[in-house]
Amino acid sequence: MGVGIQVEKLNAYFGKTQALHDINITMAANQCTAVIGPSGCGKSTFVRCLNRMHETVPDARATGRVRIGELDVYNGTSAVAIRRRIGMVFQKPNPFPTMSIYDNVAAGLKLNGFHERKKLDEIVERSLQLSALWNEVKDHLKKKSGASLSGGQQQRLCIARALAVQPEVLLMDEPCSALDPISTGKIEELIFQLKERFTIVIVTHNMQQASRVAEFTGFFLLGELIEFDKTTKIFTTPSDKRTEDYITGRFG
Amino acid sequence: MPEMNATATTLPPISLWRRGKNAVVTGAAVGAVIVVLAPLVAIFGYLVYKGIGSINWAFLTQIPAGPGESGGGMANAIAGSCLILAIGSVMGVPIGIGAGIYLAEYGRNRFGDVIRFTADVLNGVPSIVVGIVAYAIVVVTQGHFSALAGGCALAIMMIPTITRTTEEMLLLVPNVVREAAYGLGVSRWRTTLSITLRTATSGVITGVMLAFARVAGETAPLLFTTLGNQYWNWKLNEPTAALSLQVFSYAISPYEEWHRQAWAGALILIVLIVAAVCAVRIAASRGTLKGAN
Repeated sequence: MGVGIQVEKLNAYFGKTQALHDINITMAANQCTAVIGPSGCGKSTFVRCLNRMHETVPDARATGRVRIGELDVYNGTSAVAIRRRIGMVFQKPNPFPTMSIYDNVAAGLKLNGFHERKKLDEIVERSLQLSALWNEVKDHLKKKSGASLSGGQQQRLCIARALAVQPEVLLMDEPCSALDPISTGKIEELIFQLKERFTIVIVTHNMQQASRVAEFTGFFLLGELIEFDKTTKIFTTPSDKRTEDYITGRFG
Repeated sequence: MPEMNATATTLPPISLWRRGKNAVVTGAAVGAVIVVLAPLVAIFGYLVYKGIGSINWAFLTQIPAGPGESGGGMANAIAGSCLILAIGSVMGVPIGIGAGIYLAEYGRNRFGDVIRFTADVLNGVPSIVVGIVAYAIVVVTQGHFSALAGGCALAIMMIPTITRTTEEMLLLVPNVVREAAYGLGVSRWRTTLSITLRTATSGVITGVMLAFARVAGETAPLLFTTLGNQYWNWKLNEPTAALSLQVFSYAISPYEEWHRQAWAGALILIVLIVAAVCAVRIAASRGTLKGAN
């Protein structure tokens, strides 16, 4: 089951540059929240703060409070433990190039010391079915490299890989920006199904995509959260002038 | 938005001048390849021509005959070379790869720069100097020449090459691959070993084989470390025969027979190096998956 996310006074920095200013946001469990805004507004930094990927960049740091379910992300838990519970899908598909399809999906479990063959087989199959890739790859799971798949298949492989560790939250950082419309459609369908099990946060440049998949939408501008509301509200009657300018294409 | 002009501009046909230039540059590139390959083929051809006649079963299975006697072989030197190279690799490869990992994953600082500079300088140190160092450190303290001392000298020569190539190869692994592992909750050291190093395996192996091939034929660092031996020896602590040493002492000897055997020894040495490199390559490529890059 998914869990809710509460963010309080989140500030993020790259060296001396502040990338996020006092972000406060509450996301409900088992919902999909879209994060939109022009390039460089801090969308990616925001989701990367949720699973502490932000701090893997040299000189980057974040302050504030993030709670994911009962978990206090910045207090008392190691970053590694947090990332096991919060899955992430990146902008560019990034399968492990030297690993087979099977090993790619099993990687998160195997590298964390889980080696029961039968259980692994089960989890790999279930994850690939969830990400709608099973039928396309089931005949050469262990023979083909993850890198041999097409871009859209690679992205679904990366989703399966994230699902295999059974996270409670799934963060997606522009998961469709490198994909064609057909693959994009498949991934959006997937998001609909995954919502039943996970809380999803998706960063997107595509406003139609936000309105298709997300119940809630947050609009970021210059490192600030300008508006956060129901998606229908944001796209029909936004309360902030800047949001309206952005979604009507007047800037950004 | 600017629109593309519907009527395409017709480009002039490619001129004779440009086609000529193309031919000249292509020809120059082919010529350069020939110049690179020619010495290799010539050396190998000449070695076969001079050495093949002296290679026989006795040469591969017997120890050297006494001065002036005919027959005898270099079996002990072949075995000794393998032994010394094994010692050198066992010591040099893990240290070299370990240092390379440190430089690539943790060494973006002053200390890393110092190591990088040191490795580059070490790479340029003449092999005879490395031999003297191994002599001073191992031979003098132990009180006698040994295969171990020779192995140490070769390891010292292998380390900088392996370190620098390992670092380069790890840096070629895109950061998104590391991020993918971090995102799954894999710890940093596990990511480095199981993801980054694994992704860079073929490049790292190339670096190791380069270092191996470079030291395999070295004579200078062995001169006063392993010393050479006319008889069989399997003890790591005793003076040991090596192909390169044997070739050297036979080549400067006054006997025709020994000259011929020196050629044969040189040929065997090259064949062994090529065989070792090929064997590792084949072993490494067996696990490669379809479509992996």
